[in-house]
Amino acid sequence: MLPELGTFLRFQMQRHLQAALRRPSDIVGPLIFFLMVITLFPIGLGPDPKILASLAPGILWVVALLSSLVVSGRLFQADYEDGTLEQLALSPHPLAISAMVEVFCHWLLSGVLLALASPVFAALLSMPSQAIPVLMASLILGTLCLSLIGAVAASLTVALRRGGVLLSLLSIPLTVPVLIFGTAAVREAALGYDPSSWLALLGALAAGGCILAPLAIAAGLRISLEA
Amino acid sequence: MWSIVHKMGSPPWFYRFANVAIAWLLPIVLMALVVGSIWGLLIAPPDYRQGNSYRIIFIHVPAAVVALAGYYVMATAGLMSLVWKIKMADTAMRALAPVGAALTFVALVTGSIWGKPTWGAWWVWDARITSMLILFFLYLGVMALSEAFDNKVAAAKACAVLSLVGTVNIPIIYKSVDWWYSLHQPASIKFTGESAIDASMLYPLLLMIVAFYGLFALTVLLRMRAELLITYSQSAWLRSELS
Repeated sequence: MLPELGTFLRFQMQRHLQAALRRPSDIVGPLIFFLMVITLFPIGLGPDPKILASLAPGILWVVALLSSLVVSGRLFQADYEDGTLEQLALSPHPLAISAMVEVFCHWLLSGVLLALASPVFAALLSMPSQAIPVLMASLILGTLCLSLIGAVAASLTVALRRGGVLLSLLSIPLTVPVLIFGTAAVREAALGYDPSSWLALLGALAAGGCILAPLAIAAGLRISLEA
Repeated sequence: MWSIVHKMGSPPWFYRFANVAIAWLLPIVLMALVVGSIWGLLIAPPDYRQGNSYRIIFIHVPAAVVALAGYYVMATAGLMSLVWKIKMADTAMRALAPVGAALTFVALVTGSIWGKPTWGAWWVWDARITSMLILFFLYLGVMALSEAFDNKVAAAKACAVLSLVGTVNIPIIYKSVDWWYSLHQPASIKFTGESAIDASMLYPLLLMIVAFYGLFALTVLLRMRAELLITYSQSAWLRSELS
């Protein structure tokens, strides 16, 4: 008996979240990576709070992008290796939707957590506190875009043995608009201007990505299953 | 119209088509390149402000224009390969990516050489240079992905998906980079209305753009024909074609 789409999606979500929560080191790892890379900047650039504050929006966003790239390599990997992905592709429910469930869970446990932790990192770089809500909002919207882009690249490289570097090579050029809009929003807020237009653009990217990316992800996964 | 699409899909038909097209294109492209280069580099008047250094425009602009158009051609081939499963579209994609990357590279290098006397620096992070650099990365991504698969059919499909994703993204990337920074001179060739570039410079430039399109088509056809010769070296139709 095949469950209805709603039940099916709930099961899928439970499965992904449970699997992720049973390996907490995979969730904490990217946050520690973020913290460590942030630490490198004051060491490399010198401890002057003024310089750090002026560079903070760019540094925080670039590091968020890198840590999102690092984790998106794991997307679909486990499901591909144990054959779950093949079952999902064979199921009458659209692969685009079941893949989106995985991307969504991935985003909740990587991007949203990163956004929630970002005030600490912003304080380390002495960023003005009025920019912190905008930083969090931009990271929540932006990491959704990054997860979608990473998922497209991961769907194409999941079957390849040396997919890691390739995944970054495929994703980085596509992430440029996200980085531009994200840093612009935070910088405007740090300077005391209104960042809402940049946040709106990020939201538009996220909304458009949620519609178009699943099609590309499903096509990519089917290709990887055939390869 | 559909019969042409079907014929295009057949390697023997395409091989014969490529032979004829190359025989016609080769002299025309060579002539256009020679005439355009002499016209642009020697005959066209020097620029009022930049002197002779502006002449690199006759290489730089055509390479940049065709490099960008090449990505869309590649994505169209990708769409054809995904929708109609046309074999020759796969071959076209494989042939297109390195040519497009090379043109993008030429545009970047000539832009950098042009930048030295004009801006006083080899590299300036302005909007168009940055966009071209990202286009170069997009081409490299397609090439790397195509290399990574052992299965040729899967490689072509994966590259098709990637180049379609890139096509959706290119306008967004261009617009965002444009907002990010704009210190470049505004576009000076307009096909409608008053052109900001004088006719004595515009005509050789247009001729060079046409010549570069021809060169692009010629290179891609040569690469596709070479791949056909390798892939079908053992098949009867190619042997009878060559004998």
